[in-house]
Amino acid sequence: MASLAFSSTSASPVALRGRPNKLAIGVAQSGACHVSARGSDRKARLFITRAVAVEKKVSRFEDVAMAPPDPILGVSEAFRACTNESKLNLGVGAYRTEDLQPYVLNVVKKAEKLMLEKGENKEYLPIEGLAAFNKATAELLLGADNHSIQSQRVATVQGLSGTGSLRLAAAFINRYCPNSKVLISSPTWGNHKNIFNDAGVPWSEYRYYDPKTVGLDFEGMIADIKAAPSGSFILLHGCAHNPTGIDPTPEQWTKIADVLEEKGHTPFFDVAYQGFASGSLDEDAFSVRLFVERGFEVFVAQSYSKNLGLYSERIGAINVICSSSDVANRVKSQLKRLARPMYSNPPVHGARIVANVVGDPNLFSEWKAEMEEMAGRIKNVRKRLYDNLSQKDKSGKDWSFILRQIGMFSYTGLNTSQSENMTNKWHVYMTKDGRISLAGLSLAKCDYLADAIIDSYHNVN
Amino acid sequence: MAFRAMISSHATQQSKWVPSAGVARQMSSWFGHVEPAAKDPILGVTEAFLADPSPDKVNVGVGAYRDDNGKPVVLECVREAERRIAGNLNMEYLPMGGSSHMIEESLKLAYGEDSDFIKDKRIAAVQALSGTGACRLFADFQKRFLPDSQIYIPVPTWANHHNIWRDARVPQNTFHYYHAETKGLDFSSLMEDIKNAPNGSFFLLHACAHNPTGVDPSEEQWREISHLFKSKNHFPFFDMAYQGFASGDPERDAKAIRIFLDDGHLIGCAQSFAKNMGLYGQRAGCLSILCDNEMEAVAVKSQLQQLGRPMYSNPPVHGALIVSTILGDPELKKLWLQEVKGMADRIIGMRTTLRENLEKLGSPLSWEHITNQIGMFCYSGMSPEQVDRLTNEYHIYMTRNGRISMAGVTTGNVGYLANAIHEVTK
Repeated sequence: MASLAFSSTSASPVALRGRPNKLAIGVAQSGACHVSARGSDRKARLFITRAVAVEKKVSRFEDVAMAPPDPILGVSEAFRACTNESKLNLGVGAYRTEDLQPYVLNVVKKAEKLMLEKGENKEYLPIEGLAAFNKATAELLLGADNHSIQSQRVATVQGLSGTGSLRLAAAFINRYCPNSKVLISSPTWGNHKNIFNDAGVPWSEYRYYDPKTVGLDFEGMIADIKAAPSGSFILLHGCAHNPTGIDPTPEQWTKIADVLEEKGHTPFFDVAYQGFASGSLDEDAFSVRLFVERGFEVFVAQSYSKNLGLYSERIGAINVICSSSDVANRVKSQLKRLARPMYSNPPVHGARIVANVVGDPNLFSEWKAEMEEMAGRIKNVRKRLYDNLSQKDKSGKDWSFILRQIGMFSYTGLNTSQSENMTNKWHVYMTKDGRISLAGLSLAKCDYLADAIIDSYHNVN
Repeated sequence: MAFRAMISSHATQQSKWVPSAGVARQMSSWFGHVEPAAKDPILGVTEAFLADPSPDKVNVGVGAYRDDNGKPVVLECVREAERRIAGNLNMEYLPMGGSSHMIEESLKLAYGEDSDFIKDKRIAAVQALSGTGACRLFADFQKRFLPDSQIYIPVPTWANHHNIWRDARVPQNTFHYYHAETKGLDFSSLMEDIKNAPNGSFFLLHACAHNPTGVDPSEEQWREISHLFKSKNHFPFFDMAYQGFASGDPERDAKAIRIFLDDGHLIGCAQSFAKNMGLYGQRAGCLSILCDNEMEAVAVKSQLQQLGRPMYSNPPVHGALIVSTILGDPELKKLWLQEVKGMADRIIGMRTTLRENLEKLGSPLSWEHITNQIGMFCYSGMSPEQVDRLTNEYHIYMTRNGRISMAGVTTGNVGYLANAIHEVTK
């Protein structure tokens, strides 16, 4: 049987040229070699299977090209591969302690222990997720006594962290507001574009980052939002803008709200860092609450990846604050209908952790303290970096934007070549847009980083 | 300071919501045109059941396993796995494709411990959000890379299959499957449909324990299907949500897939650990696509990750850790195999009892399909009207297609159930 397999392939005139796949077609079409796969001994069967495999059809997915590496997650991969002792990972936005270790919050450990003891079952959640979680998350965002909650105007559906919640909202917009587009900041988190693209929602950008000031291009932002067709969705970062770390001031938020009102736009908030930016949950919710207060209908995507350190549990929510409870009910039902063919119902573990932490007054207080600590460490690191840069840089350049920026990230103002120099010469791993994750920086490393930044900024074009 | 003042004044205003003047226009909603969605036919049954105050109520709706007391079950191997992973070092993001350990173990289960395809790295595989997520990823992948393709779906099938391919915007066709008269497989029509479909069509096949009918092709019939698929160059996509749960033996339940693999098909496969490990709410599953070679598998996997990224970035870790802990430890795996057999055996036992009861009641109808069918579900053959009577008169909850979730049948309620079915069908 083995020899039959061989002879049929070598006998074929196609065997000597062309790609293996063409060979497979050639043999199949000639109808040769109907070798039974049910050989008596395994080796012969394997051999025959391979011969049969040659005969098999060409894969349909042969023309599938390799996808490009993710610009953010690829940085960590490169970091892991680097062997230099001084290497520093300032790529992905995952919080690290001063010892640059991942951090599982104490309240999370306690909540998980409670859950292990309770031994709850693992039944399917309803499509909209864990009720206790949904209640807790909306209240955390808006305040339990917020009128929109009291009057049941908030449609909340548990989602797969921020990404999944954004995607549900995008799918909803695609289906129910098919003529509307979304405006996203320039720059914004890289995955925003992918989400709207895959959901089939057209988008364009509004100016946001001003490289000259390394600050907010407020005039440009207002102008672009004003120029957008009425009824557009404006994607806003609730706090701690990613990747720049630049947030509007309260006065600027008010003016932004004015423009949205004037143009009949709908605010769409991405809240991935509530509590993580300033250290205070309420303070970080200011922008969202302002818009809700003003009577807007608002989309808000939330994530607990950073503020509760639940990255891999994928826990978040999409909230739609509507003008009436009737609309909220209908909107919620349609969000469910979009979720069902995506994943049926969301994962339970992370939801239970959040519900347990928020639902227990002691754990909740402890959480707030841990969050303040994390935000505090980042503020300290910012201060140290700023001090080091100011002392070492004799050019007189103003580095104070580092102090004004907030949250996990800082837009250093370094361009692509300069960022590459950071990596190639100094083994500092960051994204090419000049973004560094301060969550991955320790006080001990600020000195080294300052040297790297100064060198890259001044000596590279 | 000004910032804080703004916040506190804002806070005191919160309890009294008075829309500002310019907002009058906002009062009518942008979403006023949004209709309420119809209740999900399957999950809506559970909602109705929960709302029913009757002490006699029976839930044979959703396909979640119950023990003989009608209680949800967390497997012992799962509890042990959770104890072991408690205090897990960190909760860092999984890679986009998910847990490689979990994927490896899932593939061994589906393709065989010693599968050459695994050794040769020809399988593009990613962790997925249970069976639903795996099917959806495949549907999206199909749409993106074979935009002219369609999917052939059996009649009947799990309702959400239609939603999945519809939302992925892949056109659907159907093929004959269930034979109402025999309450078995309509094999000749099935083969006709496979033959008449244009060459190179995509077919959705239930690997074992067909949902909702419980009707599976025999081994011989699978071989014939596979053979016909080869001559038509069709693409077989297997949805395997019940491996181990059908016969009690995971290897046996993977037979259809192994037949196709032996015949040289390049298959796709969605796996779920919701039922066979009882990990329902953890959303643990795997999508795999067998490719020509390693290079292609790498490319295909990268594209699957690309599709997952704007849906959820990376999959949830907890369920994956449980799966890999169990399957990766010989002791735990042995325990799992025992427990899964236990669940399957209980269901098989209930099938026998239900059928016997109906026959003892003197039902004029034939009920042998109850024991012929396999897996969690029984397609009773009852009409929607009969199902409605069961619900309204007897507080028995099931989907209106007459599908009974045998997992919800217990020694405590089987008599009541048999009696009620007899009453509405005699």
